[in-house]
Amino acid sequence: MSFDPMSFDPMSFDKVRDLYQDVILRHGRNPVHMQKLEVFDAAASGDNPMCGDRCEVRIKYAADGAVGKIGFDARGCAISMASADLMVEAATGCTPGDIRALASDFFGLVRTGDTASDNAALAALKPLCGVAEYPSRIKCATLPWAALLAALDGDTEASSE
Amino acid sequence: MNQIGPRIPAAPFDVDRIRQDFPILSQTVRGKKLVFLDSAASAQKPRAVIEAMSRAMETQYANVHRGLHWMSERTTDAYESVRDQVASLLNAPSRDEIVFTRNTTEAINLVAHSYGRGVLKPDQAVLISEMEHHSNIVPWQMLRDAHGNPLLVAPVTDAGELDMAAYESLLADGNVGLVAITHMSNVLGTYTPAARVAALAHQYGAKVLFDGSQAVVHRVTDVQAIDADFYVFTGHKLYGPTGIGVLWGRAELLDRMPPFLGGGDMISSVSFEQSSWARVPHKFEAGTPAILEAIGLGAAISYVNDIGYDTIAAHEQSLTDHALATLSAIEGLHITGRAQDRGGVISFTMDGAHAHDIATLLDRNGIAVRAGHHCAEPLMRRLGLDSTARASFALYTTHAEIDALAESLARVRSFFQ
Repeated sequence: MSFDPMSFDPMSFDKVRDLYQDVILRHGRNPVHMQKLEVFDAAASGDNPMCGDRCEVRIKYAADGAVGKIGFDARGCAISMASADLMVEAATGCTPGDIRALASDFFGLVRTGDTASDNAALAALKPLCGVAEYPSRIKCATLPWAALLAALDGDTEASSE
Repeated sequence: MNQIGPRIPAAPFDVDRIRQDFPILSQTVRGKKLVFLDSAASAQKPRAVIEAMSRAMETQYANVHRGLHWMSERTTDAYESVRDQVASLLNAPSRDEIVFTRNTTEAINLVAHSYGRGVLKPDQAVLISEMEHHSNIVPWQMLRDAHGNPLLVAPVTDAGELDMAAYESLLADGNVGLVAITHMSNVLGTYTPAARVAALAHQYGAKVLFDGSQAVVHRVTDVQAIDADFYVFTGHKLYGPTGIGVLWGRAELLDRMPPFLGGGDMISSVSFEQSSWARVPHKFEAGTPAILEAIGLGAAISYVNDIGYDTIAAHEQSLTDHALATLSAIEGLHITGRAQDRGGVISFTMDGAHAHDIATLLDRNGIAVRAGHHCAEPLMRRLGLDSTARASFALYTTHAEIDALAESLARVRSFFQ
């Protein structure tokens, strides 16, 4: 980090680092799973109409019915890009039912900042819990998940509303 | 005059003293002194406005235009005197041409509905620009879909100015009945050359409506000098309360327009067979109006007039020049638009940092800016952007606040690098 905490107000720095943890900055800057799957079974887009962010998710099912591959194409802030990237890592290989349960836990996590769930897959998503402090940013984190759920449902459009 | 730059300030301007008039400016946000740079979305309120509304509720309040009692008469006088103030603010020829609405959006919808369906013929086009707020786009789309009026869009140049040649071509080629255009862009800060826009519209037989939501806050507005046909603005950006807006229209146009909403206060007589309408402006003010909000708007207009538009314009021009110079110097920061004639609304993007992330980090330093598409999605697309951050200035903004913004932005840049 070229950021010098001494030159910034330390209090704001600490607070904002709750939101922009290293893993978020890393995935937000360089989302490794941002790719359009050429071969896919379902695709859906999500919009944040108030801010113009957009995320398209494509999924390819494996032979056993699990979601074998997930790719996304998005434009948006660091939070939404990181959330999409972490989502791909957490959801790939899961069954649609597992993904729906994980999404539900994740929505609870970002709205409240905490979770009572013992879902192991949620651990990798916990760096996003800081958005709970920023109500206007929760939709940034949930946008890719809304698109993924829509794709699982066979819909092509999702809204994070 | 709208087309002339700010003149020498009429009186010394002490921004520190001005700031004492705005109680909210002494608030802290997240432990920081509030730096409010989102006045283009809604301005803060001076004590004079707050007290005028409270005083009315505490000492002199009843419904207007109805009661034959002292309180109602006094309240009616207070409400109607604001109509005089607004007429004077816009240099309107007559107070009867001032219609109170809920906001700019409602004023434009009123014109789209009543003038659009009631006066325009379905084959007459409405011409807007690429830099309109959604409130000056959607009502015309609804008119097009309901009544057939084609919707034409005049482009803006890469600098973010209205393309006057293309504008004139559209007027020349199309059967344009009404031009509806912003007087100052809420994204780019660009002033449109209102007098030229109106003159060209009239040359081709079209009427012209100006969305003055931003412009009326920053410079003297003279609807006769620019030769407008309709002018609309909202109170809450002019340091007044929410819930009160204004439509000014030429009397001969308002007279020809059917009512927008029906109900009490807008009628001359009612029977179950038929009703007849009150005279303009009451024809367009159905139901109990925003009495307290109008009184607040009156106090806001007085407040602004007491400082003086020349003084305000000079202060804000200085702020804008300072901000453009300071922000431009930040590596990786790009100011959106470079119009020659612009006011204190500055949109920008930053390499490696999304507008939302910028806004969130600034917020942590107590700095309020807007981020997103600013209710102007088509303009964003034209500029090839998804979103920008926007800092906007008001008469209470200080140079030190702009320095704080610039300093924080430089650190935001480091944070996301």
